[in-house]
Amino acid sequence: MTNPQMVMYEEEFNQIQTIVDRLVKEANARVVFIIDKNGQLIAASGDTEQIDTTSLASLTAGNIAATGGMAKLLRESEFTTQFHEGEQSNIHIQLVGNRVILVVIFDSKTSLGLVRLRVKKASEELNRIFEALLQKVQDPARETPFAEITDDDIDNLFND
Amino acid sequence: MSFINYLSREINCKIVYYGPGLCGKTTNLQFIYNKTNPEAKGKMISLATETERTLFFDFLPLALGEIRGFKTRFHLYTVPGQVFYDASRKLILKGVDGVVFCADSQIARMEANLESLENLRTNLAEQGYSLDKLPYVIQYNKRDMPSVAPVEELRAMLNPAGVPDFEAVAVSGQGVFDTLKAIAKLVLTELKRSGG
Repeated sequence: MTNPQMVMYEEEFNQIQTIVDRLVKEANARVVFIIDKNGQLIAASGDTEQIDTTSLASLTAGNIAATGGMAKLLRESEFTTQFHEGEQSNIHIQLVGNRVILVVIFDSKTSLGLVRLRVKKASEELNRIFEALLQKVQDPARETPFAEITDDDIDNLFND
Repeated sequence: MSFINYLSREINCKIVYYGPGLCGKTTNLQFIYNKTNPEAKGKMISLATETERTLFFDFLPLALGEIRGFKTRFHLYTVPGQVFYDASRKLILKGVDGVVFCADSQIARMEANLESLENLRTNLAEQGYSLDKLPYVIQYNKRDMPSVAPVEELRAMLNPAGVPDFEAVAVSGQGVFDTLKAIAKLVLTELKRSGG
């Protein structure tokens, strides 16, 4: 496989969640979330109740994939930042370590400049955590829940 | 590439429906969406043109139940089938855990089926995958149409490796869940085999 498995453990999740929570406050954002490049939601913070985060995660990943495709055509490695401006809401999308996507949704209570500044700092911290996580996941000695799963377990999932 | 979250105890997998234009990929997802309990599904997203042809992808998140305390969630995607959307098709295949090839059973679409299957192999290879190693099933759709090829003929042409295959009429739902169950099972079996 081209990409290693994405796995999330409690320790790293807590570190990531701390950064995401802080970013919401420091950037005065409405919502911040982190998704992997395949559209899986990893962490979220802020006013997430009002937003369909699963759909947004999938669309953001599609957006990043499409932008990456355009970059390739222009012989750029990636376009790492995107900004979408609306009447009430704005979205700032940042590719972190070419592996995960940091999305900040904000309104007129803050400014793009502040969001950019805080995102830059958070990205560096997140990059370090995901690098370490990747090392951990690639450790051949790591335990997985799948060794315990039997064929019957899988069959039982599909019994009507 | 599945995503295992130990904290929320979830396994997330990505399944892609591939096939020629108008073979019924979106119809498969629509039927699954309509027949699934609200608590087991998220919103279905279709990025389509004004004439309802898929432009980028359809997306349907689905929860299938628990295995050993882990919730299994499947993200179903379709690709745009039309030949000229190849750049978009490639993107959707990124991180795929399982593929459903949806074939159009009509005799007139045989060449389109072959072309799409070849395109699938090429695009997977570009991402570093091989169709022979991925969880993969085939669906012969549109069995209700007047001029369809016999299943044996379709099988000989599209399924030389003998992967699980299913006859279907996606508009009425025939074969839709059989196909989904088969690919979901293969994906989970592969996860077990590869140790996650």
